[in-house]
Amino acid sequence: MTLQAFAPIGVLIIIALIIGVIILMISRVFGPHNPSFRKNAPYESGMKPIGPGTRRMPVKFYLVAVLFIIFDVEVIFFMPWAVAMRDLGVYGLIVMGVFTLILVVGFIYEWKKGALEWE
Amino acid sequence: MRIPRFVWIIGGLILLAAVLVGGLLVTISLVTTMFDPNAIDPGAVIKCSTSSGCSTIYPIIYSLILVVVILTGFAYTTLWERKLLAWIQHRVGPNRTGPAGLLQPLADAIKLIFKEDVIPDQVDKVVYYLAPVLKVVPVLIIVAVIPFGPDILVPWFDGNWYQVPLAVADINVGVLYLLGVTSLATYGMVLAGWGSNNKYATIGGLRASAQMISYELSLGLAMAVPVIIAGSMSLGDIVDAQRNIWQWFVFQNPLAAGILVLTLFAEVSRAPFDLTEAEQELTAGYMTEYSGMKFAMFMMAEYVGMIAVSVIAVSMFFGGYHIIPVDNVPILGPLFLILKVFIALSLFIWVRATLPRIRYDRLMALGWKVLLPLSLVAVAWTSIAVVLGEETQSSTAYGIVSLIFFVVIVVGGFLFLRGENQDADTAQDPVDLMNDPVVTGEPRSIGWVLLNLIGGLIAVPFLMVKALLTLLEGLGSAGGEAPTSDELAIEPVEPAGD
Repeated sequence: MTLQAFAPIGVLIIIALIIGVIILMISRVFGPHNPSFRKNAPYESGMKPIGPGTRRMPVKFYLVAVLFIIFDVEVIFFMPWAVAMRDLGVYGLIVMGVFTLILVVGFIYEWKKGALEWE
Repeated sequence: MRIPRFVWIIGGLILLAAVLVGGLLVTISLVTTMFDPNAIDPGAVIKCSTSSGCSTIYPIIYSLILVVVILTGFAYTTLWERKLLAWIQHRVGPNRTGPAGLLQPLADAIKLIFKEDVIPDQVDKVVYYLAPVLKVVPVLIIVAVIPFGPDILVPWFDGNWYQVPLAVADINVGVLYLLGVTSLATYGMVLAGWGSNNKYATIGGLRASAQMISYELSLGLAMAVPVIIAGSMSLGDIVDAQRNIWQWFVFQNPLAAGILVLTLFAEVSRAPFDLTEAEQELTAGYMTEYSGMKFAMFMMAEYVGMIAVSVIAVSMFFGGYHIIPVDNVPILGPLFLILKVFIALSLFIWVRATLPRIRYDRLMALGWKVLLPLSLVAVAWTSIAVVLGEETQSSTAYGIVSLIFFVVIVVGGFLFLRGENQDADTAQDPVDLMNDPVVTGEPRSIGWVLLNLIGGLIAVPFLMVKALLTLLEGLGSAGGEAPTSDELAIEPVEPAGD
């Protein structure tokens, strides 16, 4: 299969982008536009906004992202093995088992360290 | 001479009926020829991939039709959601605009078009405009790799019949494409939250990012299971491997199917995983500062995403366009798929109407501590069963291994849940040592010994499962012991003297 097989997806992406931009512009054209100071203030349930909108965020979100990177690589590594599994047979199964075992040890470590706790 | 009014009416009705019936007959004859591969001389049919003109024009036409179908589907999904929610809550639902409220989506669209497009002062303009497009485009292109039916025949103006596939591009890395594009929608949510420069929006965007990436791991592992069984990453091969109902992958690995459905609920952030736009705490989450058609774009992305993930789930585990094999009557393919997607969408709405929102720490615990280990077990299940079945060249071995895994998982889950519900004070009584034959040395018959031997051998796997579960439970509570009921009890306040 050549790269040409992916070309129709490019067509669909272009159509989707055009639709997105048209919808984005359509209410600029048809809707009224009467800005005022109060209307353009950040929404905080009707109160005067206090402080900046974007503040410091909990470090837990970064931790989740780091853990995700490790396991996402693993998931992607599963895919080529899944396609070629019937050819690799028992050998491939054992090799993949060892790989998964090492990963599971890391997973148990981070679980025990409390990296998965969210409090 | 004056013709009575009822003659006009009856005549008009007869004419209308004739036109309708005639049109219907012509359409049926055309469509049955189009979708029936045996109706035309096979020699005269041109395959689309071999003709340069067809392979240029066909993707454009098919993409346009697909987008129109999906957007119409989106409009009527919103109506069906409101109707079904209303019926579940014993209300009527929208019924004013058009017959039975059928024009409600149109009215909503017109209203939103003529609404003011408020752009708050504090936003980052580029990111603020980019985010809705980034959310809509991925969900519109997800279904590109999924076949909606077998190849059909269509006539074209040059007098030839062309055999065309009912997919934009059934590429050979389809599952990887699905994984990549479903996670792209996260960018739209995070950038919307960040670019709005608003507290609610920022929190919603952060929650969205953590939730998406946590559930994407289990999603990827659950998607590996159909790849293993079918031996291909092309969605066409995966669907064709589940031609009959008993071949559906949901019956070969129900665990992976359950995980896939749960993670897809989380990926489109629908109830009970709609933490990103929890109305009661975050107003509207990441789309708080959006109004007019930009708000409509986020709603559109949500509902188109629902349709897209329904198509994914149906194609991966629930037989795709097959209920009975549709090779001889290809027109049934899209109809079956639409029927299954409709059932899946109704499930989404039903769940929203019945389940309360899950707490955020429990959401993360479910994703990392429950679904991730379970999806590893699901992959192990299918891979061991497939490899053993391949080595012994028998489907019996495949079935037996699958059955063993199924029983072990059901029993393990049962034991685990029972252990969860057991209180410390209702623990079992200690063994009565004074009457135990091991301690007293009382002789027993050979039958008793044999029975115990067999029983002991059977018990070993169960004990291993139990030990594993105890280990996991201990690991789960390693961060700190739960407070006992004594510690939590409120000390009675001594009444002040006199």
